[in-house]
Amino acid sequence: MQSSFWGYRRENRRVGVRNHVIILPVDDLSNSAAEAVAHNIKGAMAIPHPYGRLQFGADLDLHFRTLIGAGSNPNVAAVVVIGIEEGWTQKVVDGIAATGKPVSGFGIELHGDHDTIMRASKAAREYLQRASEAQRVECALNELWVSTKCGESDTTSGCGANPTVGDAFDKLYAAGCTLVFGETTELTGGEQIVAARCRRHKTTDLSDSQPTKGNIAGGLTTIEEKALGNIQKIGKRCVVDGVIDKAEMPTGPGLWFMDSSSAAAEMTTLCAASGFVVHFFPTGQGNVIGNPILPVIKISANPRTVRTMSEHIDVDTSGLLQREITMDQAGDKLIDMMFRTVNGRLTAAEALGHREFVMTRLYESA
Amino acid sequence: MIHCVLHDPGDSVAVVVVEGVKAGQTLTGLILDEDRTITLPCTQDIPLGHKVALKDLNVGDTVIKYGVDIGKVVAPIKTGQHAHVHNIKTKRW
Repeated sequence: MQSSFWGYRRENRRVGVRNHVIILPVDDLSNSAAEAVAHNIKGAMAIPHPYGRLQFGADLDLHFRTLIGAGSNPNVAAVVVIGIEEGWTQKVVDGIAATGKPVSGFGIELHGDHDTIMRASKAAREYLQRASEAQRVECALNELWVSTKCGESDTTSGCGANPTVGDAFDKLYAAGCTLVFGETTELTGGEQIVAARCRRHKTTDLSDSQPTKGNIAGGLTTIEEKALGNIQKIGKRCVVDGVIDKAEMPTGPGLWFMDSSSAAAEMTTLCAASGFVVHFFPTGQGNVIGNPILPVIKISANPRTVRTMSEHIDVDTSGLLQREITMDQAGDKLIDMMFRTVNGRLTAAEALGHREFVMTRLYESA
Repeated sequence: MIHCVLHDPGDSVAVVVVEGVKAGQTLTGLILDEDRTITLPCTQDIPLGHKVALKDLNVGDTVIKYGVDIGKVVAPIKTGQHAHVHNIKTKRW
């Protein structure tokens, strides 16, 4: 396996694999201005979302952690933050500024959309031109942060695509990478297996779930069967080194478990907010998700999905189920695509414009 | 051609991995953990991704996949039949 890749080294020494200038709304009201700025400045990317007003307590903490984490992600070169008022806008700016990267905030109140869009566009133009001069540099493989989460699972996920990720995770773990998996409810039925793999036997709250209609259509019968397939993603040899909360940053290399939703867009958004720079997404029936910040590499072993949804699949491991390739070869095929992707190749989801940025909410607004 | 795969030789079900499996076919099953094959009769049409029973199972029996318990039988299942939500349920709820 190669021991290095080409990435963008940021002010805080973290390494990104993309060079985005993002226009980040603090709240739903600011989406319109953010999208107008991204329309003005070609190459800048708005990240609209539906929340940011009247949240409180742990929900508000998570909202800020997600926005600040997304802006701080090393795949992002610079950030323009737009909010309806100055206070929360500045809080997001200050959080991102701790990384040392260029960031400016604009409040809409007392200015209106037109003046805000003009001022924010000037900042975005300057950031974009500066970012366009950034050069990729050679970085050690152990500086790469890789996340995983599966979606539209079926029985082929557990036989083919998920163990492919597991084989790749075993290899990347040995290379010293920082890795994460999650989906708390989808461990239901496999808790003991994961607990036995934890370095410290700290248990998390594992609430109930059930297979979705899509899972059942794909042949998954019970939550235990789904969970056992899910767990294939953490390989056979790597150990769970620690547990992190949603959008929390790991404190060292190794495999981390994030207590998180199993909804694809929520989990990948949380991975981006935790600082992960590339994502492995095994799918059975064919989930089409992408993320604006995190390149999402899709893996499928379902021969029908690979045939009917080929534009969404980056790595076809259906050969595993016909004994045409070994698990070791499937893992290597994914790692090869990972290197090509982190070195600059666009994923299927990026080429198709999938930019699902979905905040996790804990409860209703005040 | 491999028609179905199972994880562990002790599993009570295998996953159909090709389209168009019909009643009356003889299926070739791959045991992933051992890289060897078995053959079994198929007595019902089974869609891609769905499970075929590898043994006769009675109501209340535990269904084994990945070598572990994935639920209980709620309607009798014969070898070669379709095993899914109509005859298997989780033990949790």
